[in-house]
Amino acid sequence: MLDHDILIVGGGLTGLRAAVGLCDRFNVGLISKVYPVRSHSIAAQGGINAALTNNPDSRDDSWEKHTFDTIKGSDYLADQDAAEIMCKEAIKIVYEMEHWGCPFSRFPDGTIAQRPFGGAGYPRTCYSSDITGHVLLNTLYERAVAKGVKIYPEWFVTSLCIEEGRCHGVVALDIRTGELIPVRAKATFFGTGGYGRVFQHSTNALINTGSGIGMAYAAGAPLKDMEFVQFHPTCLIGTNILMTEACRGEGGYLFNNRGERFMQRYVPTAMELAPRDIVSRCIQTEINEGRGFDHPLGRYIQLDLRHLGEKKILERLPGIRKICIDFIGIDPVLEPIPIMPCQHYSMGGIDVNGRCASEIRGFYAGGECSCVSVHGANRLGGNSLLETIVFGKLAAQAIGEDLEGGVPQSDEKPLLQLKDKVDKKIRRLAAPGREKPYRLHAELGAVMSEKVGIFRTREELEQALNKLIELKGRYRDVGVSSPARHMNYELTNTLELEYMLEVAHTIILGAILREESRGAHFRTDFNTRNDTDWLKHTIARMGPDGSPAISFKEVAITRYQPMERKY
Amino acid sequence: MIKASAYTFKILRYDAKEPDTKPRFATYRINVIPGLTVLAVLIRIRDEIDGTLSFRSSCRSAVCGSCAMVINGKIDLACRTQVAVFDTDTIILEPLPNFEVIRDLVVDLTPFWQMYDKVQPYLIRRSPVPEKEIPQSEEDRRRIDQFVNCILCACCYGACPVLAREPDYVGPAAAAKLERFVLDSRDERPAGALSIVNDEKGVWACDTLLRCIDACPKDVRPTDAIVGLRKTMLKHRFQNLLGKAKDEA
Ligand SMILES: Cc1cc2nc3c(=O)[nH]c(=O)nc-3n(C[C@H](O)[C@H](O)[C@H](O)COP(=O)(O)OP(=O)(O)OC[C@H]3O[C@@H](n4cnc5c(N)ncnc54)[C@H](O)[C@@H]3O)c2cc1C
Ligand code: SF4
Ligand code: SF4
Ligand code: FES
Repeated sequence: MLDHDILIVGGGLTGLRAAVGLCDRFNVGLISKVYPVRSHSIAAQGGINAALTNNPDSRDDSWEKHTFDTIKGSDYLADQDAAEIMCKEAIKIVYEMEHWGCPFSRFPDGTIAQRPFGGAGYPRTCYSSDITGHVLLNTLYERAVAKGVKIYPEWFVTSLCIEEGRCHGVVALDIRTGELIPVRAKATFFGTGGYGRVFQHSTNALINTGSGIGMAYAAGAPLKDMEFVQFHPTCLIGTNILMTEACRGEGGYLFNNRGERFMQRYVPTAMELAPRDIVSRCIQTEINEGRGFDHPLGRYIQLDLRHLGEKKILERLPGIRKICIDFIGIDPVLEPIPIMPCQHYSMGGIDVNGRCASEIRGFYAGGECSCVSVHGANRLGGNSLLETIVFGKLAAQAIGEDLEGGVPQSDEKPLLQLKDKVDKKIRRLAAPGREKPYRLHAELGAVMSEKVGIFRTREELEQALNKLIELKGRYRDVGVSSPARHMNYELTNTLELEYMLEVAHTIILGAILREESRGAHFRTDFNTRNDTDWLKHTIARMGPDGSPAISFKEVAITRYQPMERKY
Repeated sequence: MIKASAYTFKILRYDAKEPDTKPRFATYRINVIPGLTVLAVLIRIRDEIDGTLSFRSSCRSAVCGSCAMVINGKIDLACRTQVAVFDTDTIILEPLPNFEVIRDLVVDLTPFWQMYDKVQPYLIRRSPVPEKEIPQSEEDRRRIDQFVNCILCACCYGACPVLAREPDYVGPAAAAKLERFVLDSRDERPAGALSIVNDEKGVWACDTLLRCIDACPKDVRPTDAIVGLRKTMLKHRFQNLLGKAKDEA
């Protein structure tokens, strides 16, 4: 049995920021299934929002205006008190990251550079060319090394231990040795990231399975607003690698097969820089109505950067150019980029408050796996990196406060029992000759991308639900090829698959129930927002029969009354 | 160009938990299409043919540094290497050299991270913290650009001939990381901080044959860092001598 005051699961921005905030005062351990710098945060490209007013065009920007844009972008489903805190903290944490060495791009006057992003009234997205996640994650990892944070790399958490309303820790599998290890902690914090891989077409890393979310839910923690899934407008055809919003922020155009800048017809003021939910729907409509281009890998729209010129592309978007050349053999200096919308971000997640505390004593969550909610029904570009660091920091403060009074260490017994359970589960999975896990995963991804996508209808959602229930049944017969537990990625993938099915279940059910269109959730059979009945969060708990039971929670409204969302 | 509809993949397999079984090549036939990457093939083999195959992956877009290996004799990231780039329809995959193999294509990166930790890979400041950002000119920011781009994939470490014979050599990636901070206009580490790499296991061990530059998938030039660090050290030594001479005068 391993003992820590505080156990952090996740080596992305959220987990590292929480660890850095706590390790001076407490005995902290950080578990991550990959080396921290391999976490998905590394892939973020475009930038992080903060009203620094460095850009000549943003001199009268303020954190209040940032808050307003965030709430409007959320289609009024964000909790306004939390959004206020995040946007106010934004300025502090961006400076803090800079002081810790983050190499932001600079303006000629030596200040941190800022670029325009979708849905924002001012250019307030701070960046480092197109590798902002890379520089932020490296900086926080460097801080963690400087402070000597105890890290367990390549440990996979298999289950969360909750008993009688209190969290006791986790059971983890040391991927290298195959050993199962119960980890006891007074407080457990999840920064386990999003669930993109529940969808076939996703910009997310292969490791973004959402297992943390599913694991918390299966252990008894409720989830919030799971039906809200962000589809990013511009993902490279085939591999679905993200082409950052900064492509449009820097001035890129979208063209259909008639050579039209079609955004003119939908949102003539904001054009390509309308919020993501809207641009994705416009692109999908163009494709559905036959104005896309044909390609062996699917139909697409063109993202054209050529008019920006070689110098600007090389300076501001060098990573994008390299990805296009490496993965599809296209140089965006010379040719338009073939893109399509696909799954990108998980707005919903583990239900927590502004202190990142869940309703389970001793269990906290932050970043993409959580839902505070600051993004509501649609997240603005550049607000997610922000959320990870702000709430990593705030969680550290809250956990510190909660432990200050002296919390006793948890019991060993529930953890040992849980370890036995996991042990049995793994043994069962190793019995040969049945359903193949990858096949179930592929079928899950396909049905989610096809039927739980940008445009939704009751009929298709119900088909998805039936398919999901079928897959859950077949999961009981799933088996892996080898009983060896060390370096067995087929085994960890299969353990994750169980949680992915749970996550998908809550998404589909939430989407069926929510009979309105708000932000990223668009129902063609209920195509307007309905504040009278639906200005509320959905809360999913695992019911006694294993399927989600949905209840509702009020949205916190401070000073921004819901209005029609026009751009 | 695709050379055939099906390719042969030979993968060097080994499990450190079964040291008595020698490393051996396992052969797989896989149907390929244009654009298919080596990583996609590995995933297919693990999913559909042999669930015990071990390799690392995460981002599948050449940014996380997980999937370095030897592909037809060349060190590269599996996720950014398309099967069609080779002149042959046989592709041989081996684990990264200069490391112990844990299983199949997964190597033990502990020494790599130890060297990373050793160079104090973080910004060191002594001045008081300003209220806003520490100003930095565009030009100063650009100076650290190539080193900032490093994704810690260890391709360079695997390619380095000095590491092959001197496992205690600090290696190209850690040197590049150190130079990233030394060159940063905001960094205030004392001159003595470089003494960590100022010996025959530090930057003086490098034979500057540039293998690391060839191997780097991110156009980082670790040798530039090594040469830069050497120059800085010589400068410090010169200044020290001068200082001493002055003191004595
Ligand atoms: C391609 C791309 C570009 C993006 N660009 C931007 C941008 O420009 N601006 C912006 O604001 N946002 C952007 N985002 C979103 C943003 O990057 C993410 O939301 C954010 O980085 C998530 O950070 P996190 O710390 O919550 O999780 P992650 O960085 O995903 O980290 C999750 C961690 O949890 C660990 N983990 C998970 N499950 C387990 C388990 N079972 N056991 C052990 N460890 C586990 C993983 O190892 C990992 O360390 C982008 C997202 C994508 C997909
Ligand atoms: S140049 Fe130096 S660091 Fe690079 S491969 Fe050669 S010996 Fe190693
Ligand atoms: S210098 Fe290049 S090869 Fe070496 S670790 Fe960094 S990115 Fe990889
Ligand atoms: S999988 Fe991330 S670099 Fe290859």
